[in-house]
Amino acid sequence: MAERIIKLPDVGEGIAEAELVEWHVKIGDIIREDDLLAAVMTDKATVEIPSPVDGEVTWIGAEIGDTVAIGSALVKLKVAGAAGAEEPAAEPEAPKEAPKPASKPVAAAEAPAAKAEAPKTEAQKPAPTVEPPKAMTVPKPTRGVVQATAQDPAPRRAPGEKPLASPAVRLKAREAGIDLRQLSGTGPAGRILHEDLDAFLLRGPEAERAPGLSQKSAVTDIKVVGLRRKIAEKMALSKSRIPHITIVEEINVTPLEDLRATLNKKPAPERPKLTLLPFLMRAMVKAISEQPNLNALYDDDAGVIHQHAGIHIGIATQTPTGLMVPVVKHAEARDIWGCGIELNRITERARDGTATRDELTGSTITITSLGALGGIATTPVINHPEVAIVGVNKMMIRPVWDGTTFVPRKMMNLSSSFDHRVVDGWDAAVFVQRLKELLENPATLFIDV
Amino acid sequence: MTEITCKLLVIGAGPGGYVCAIRAGQLGLDTVIVESTKLGGSCLNVGCIPSKAMIHVAEEFEKAAHAAAGKTPFGLTASAPKLDLKQAVAWKDGIVQRLNNGVAALLRKSKVKIVHGRARFRDGKTVIVETETGPRTIKAETIVIATGSAPVELPFLPFGGNVISSTGALALTEVPKRLAVVGGGYIGLELGTAFAKLGTKVTVVEAQASILPLYDAELTTPVAKHLASLGVEVLLGAKARGMTPKGDAVLIETAAGEEKRIEADQVLVTVGRAPVTNGLGLEELVLDMDGRFIRIGERCETSMRGIHAIGDVTGEPMLAHRAMAQGEMVAEIAAGLPRAWDKRCIPAVCFTDPEIVSVGPSPEEASKAGLEIKTGKFPFAANGRAMTRHGEQGFVRIVAQAQTQLVLGIQAVGQGVSELSSTFGLAIEMGATLEDIAGTIHAHPTLGEAVQEAALMALGHAIHI
Repeated sequence: MAERIIKLPDVGEGIAEAELVEWHVKIGDIIREDDLLAAVMTDKATVEIPSPVDGEVTWIGAEIGDTVAIGSALVKLKVAGAAGAEEPAAEPEAPKEAPKPASKPVAAAEAPAAKAEAPKTEAQKPAPTVEPPKAMTVPKPTRGVVQATAQDPAPRRAPGEKPLASPAVRLKAREAGIDLRQLSGTGPAGRILHEDLDAFLLRGPEAERAPGLSQKSAVTDIKVVGLRRKIAEKMALSKSRIPHITIVEEINVTPLEDLRATLNKKPAPERPKLTLLPFLMRAMVKAISEQPNLNALYDDDAGVIHQHAGIHIGIATQTPTGLMVPVVKHAEARDIWGCGIELNRITERARDGTATRDELTGSTITITSLGALGGIATTPVINHPEVAIVGVNKMMIRPVWDGTTFVPRKMMNLSSSFDHRVVDGWDAAVFVQRLKELLENPATLFIDV
Repeated sequence: MTEITCKLLVIGAGPGGYVCAIRAGQLGLDTVIVESTKLGGSCLNVGCIPSKAMIHVAEEFEKAAHAAAGKTPFGLTASAPKLDLKQAVAWKDGIVQRLNNGVAALLRKSKVKIVHGRARFRDGKTVIVETETGPRTIKAETIVIATGSAPVELPFLPFGGNVISSTGALALTEVPKRLAVVGGGYIGLELGTAFAKLGTKVTVVEAQASILPLYDAELTTPVAKHLASLGVEVLLGAKARGMTPKGDAVLIETAAGEEKRIEADQVLVTVGRAPVTNGLGLEELVLDMDGRFIRIGERCETSMRGIHAIGDVTGEPMLAHRAMAQGEMVAEIAAGLPRAWDKRCIPAVCFTDPEIVSVGPSPEEASKAGLEIKTGKFPFAANGRAMTRHGEQGFVRIVAQAQTQLVLGIQAVGQGVSELSSTFGLAIEMGATLEDIAGTIHAHPTLGEAVQEAALMALGHAIHI
C-alpha cells in the first residue's frame, strides 16, 4: 500500500485559491476513481473535485470555509501499489505527486495497471484536455510538456494593430483610463499626439466621434455598492419571494381634477397645492378600513401576517442617489391637507438627503407614481414585506363613450400589485374597484358612511 | 524554518528579475528576490556581458595581427601580437564581478531583500527556498517567475569533456587550435568569429540552409562573406551526429548526405536555449504552457492570478532587454498601476562581424502581413565615416508604410551598428514617419547619416548616392 496526496487542482479562471465549501468524504472512507472528494467555491462558481484514483481517505487537509491555495494538499489516500505508482515509467516526466520520486523505476514494474491516459501525443498539445466520456467538472490538466518543441510560438501582433502613439502618450492615456483606439490622431500617419489626447480628455468621447457609425467595444465596470446595492437586494428579495399579481384599472378622474383645481385656487401655508396623491391616500385609507388585510406585513419566515391598524403609506421617491421610500405615518389620522403637507415634507427630505431613518421605515403599504412619466400601465414591485402596492400611471384625456357619444375625459390608470400568497385575486379586485369608486366620486372621500 | 511574508517575490535575479525587484522597491513594495547562483543571470554572468568582453579582446587582437601582417591600407605595422587568454578571462571576470556587485548594491538601495537558494513552489502563494542555512518559506501576494533559460544540450553531444556550451567557451584558458561550432545562430557565430580572430580554425555546422536563420539573406550576406575571409568554414544543411569514439572529431552528415569528420579540440554546441522550469515545482501550480514556455498575457500574467512570468521562461524573443521591460512593467502592475505590454518593437542585435541590428519587420515580413510598403537602403560604402573607420561593408535599410510613410522597421548591418539600435527603436516607438527621420539633422560625419539617407531614399531623394 502507498500513500497518494491529492492536491487541489487548477479549477480554472486563473485563480490561485478557492474556498472549501463541502466535503463529500471523511477520514476512513473508501472511495473509487471519479468519486467526488470536495466542493470548492471560486468567486464565479462552485467546482466539484473528483478523485483521480481508488483509495482510502487517511487525511483531510482543510475545514469547510478554509481558503485553499491551488496546488496545496487536499486529501491523502491509501492506494494500492507502491509509492508513486501513478504513471507508467514510459513517461519521461517525473511523477508529480509521488512523495518519493526516487522509487519511480520500481513503481513502474509493480503497477502495470496504473492509469496510462497521458500518452505522448498529449505532449504536443499544451492546452489542458478534457476526457470526453467522463465529462468531469475539472478538466485534467496536461502537465510536463517539456519535450514538445515550440511548434506554435506566441502569436505576434500584426503591425499597425496598435494605436500609433509615442510611449509617453500611451502611458498618459493608460493612467487616465483611456483606450487610445477611441481616438483618431492628427499627427503624421494618424499618430495620436499629446494634443489629441488632451483634447479628448477635455471634450470627452462624444466630440471625438468620427462621422458615421462605429463599433464600440469598451466595457465599463461599475461596482454595485451602497444604496444601489441595497435597492438591488431589496428588489431581488421581493421578486424572488413574492408571487405578484398585478391589476390595471382605469379611473375617470375628471371630477377629481375639477375638485383639485378648485381647492388649489387659493393655496395657503396650511393648505398647500394638492397633487393627486393625497386624494389617493385618502381613498386607500377608506378602502383599507374595509379590507384591513391589505395593510399588513407578511413575515414569511415565521409564517405570520402582522395586520396593522395604523396606515403608514410609503411613497416611492426618486432621489439623486436612487430610489427611496419615505413614509407618511398614520395616514388614517390625517385629512387631505395633512396628507399633502406630510407628503411634501418627507419626499423633500428624502430628495435632499436629510430624511431620518424613522422617516424612511415603517411603511405598511406603498404608492409608486412616476407622474407624467407614469406610462399606460406598470408592474409595481411590492415593497417587501408589505402585501400591496398601488402604482399611479399618467393621466391623459381620452375619448369615452357615454352611451350616446364620445366625450373627452381625464383618464388615469392605477396598476396595483398584491402578494398572491396572502391576497386572493378577488380581494385584490375588490380593493381596486373600491379605489376606482372613491376616486371617480370624490365627494365620497369626505363622507363617512 | 523561518518564514517571510512579502508583497512581491521575484524568483531569479537575471535582468528581468532584478529590474522588476528594483522597480518594485522604488515603488515602496515589500520585495524579496531569490537567486540560486550569482546576481545578474545568464546575461551578466555567462551571456551578453562576458561574450562582448571576449569579442572585444578578439577584435583588438585582430587589429594588431593585421598591422603585424602589414595588411592595413594606412601603413601601420606592429610586431606579432600575443594574447594571454588567462588574463583576458580574468579581465572579463573582473567586469562581471563589478556588475554583480553593482546589481547587489542597486537591490539594496531599493530595500529589496535578497535570498540565496533554490526556490520551489509549494502552492500558488508559497515558495520554499533551499538556502545554505536550511529551507525558508516565503509567502507573497504576487510572485514573479523570472528563471530564464539555459543552453540546450544535444543528446548525442552531451556537454562535458571537450563538448562545451557558450558558458564553457567563455571560460577557456587556452585558445583552441580547432573549434567546431554546432549551430549557426547568433551565439555560435559571435563566439566562433571571436575565436577565429584569435587564430582558431573554426568550422560551423548549421542544420538549416542559412546562417542566422532569424535574419533575412540581405542582412546575413555581409556576415557570411566576412566569415569566409576569416577562414571560417560554414557547412549549411549539415547535421551533427556525435563525437568520434576518441573524442577528437565531430561526425556530421553533410547536405549531400555524406559522412564527414571535423577534427576539433573543442566542440561548441549552440543550438538554442530552453526555459528553466525544472525543480521550480511548477507542477504544483499547473500553469498554462505555450510549448515549453510559460504562457503569459499582455500583463505578463500567467493562467494563475497573482503569478506573473517574465523573460526567457516566457518564450521568444529571449532577449535581456525584453525581460527588463517586462520586469519593470510587472513591478508597476504589482504596485497597482495600470500597465500593459504596448511596445511596438523589441530590437535585436547580433554582435557578429559586421554587426546586425533589426528593429521591426523586414520588408518581407511587412509584405507578408499584407502591408503596402516602400523601402530605402543606404550602403555604408557611400558614408564618409564608414570609410574613415575602414569598415564599409553593410547598409541601413528602412521599411515604411507606402501611403502614410510610417516607419515600420529599420535594419542595418555594418561595423558598430549595434549602437544605432537605440535610434531605430526610438523612431518606431515614437511612430516616426520617413519625413521625421529625413527632417532630423544627423551629425556629420557619423554612421547615423546613413539612417537619414535611407529615409530620404525611401522618399525618393537621397543626396549622397
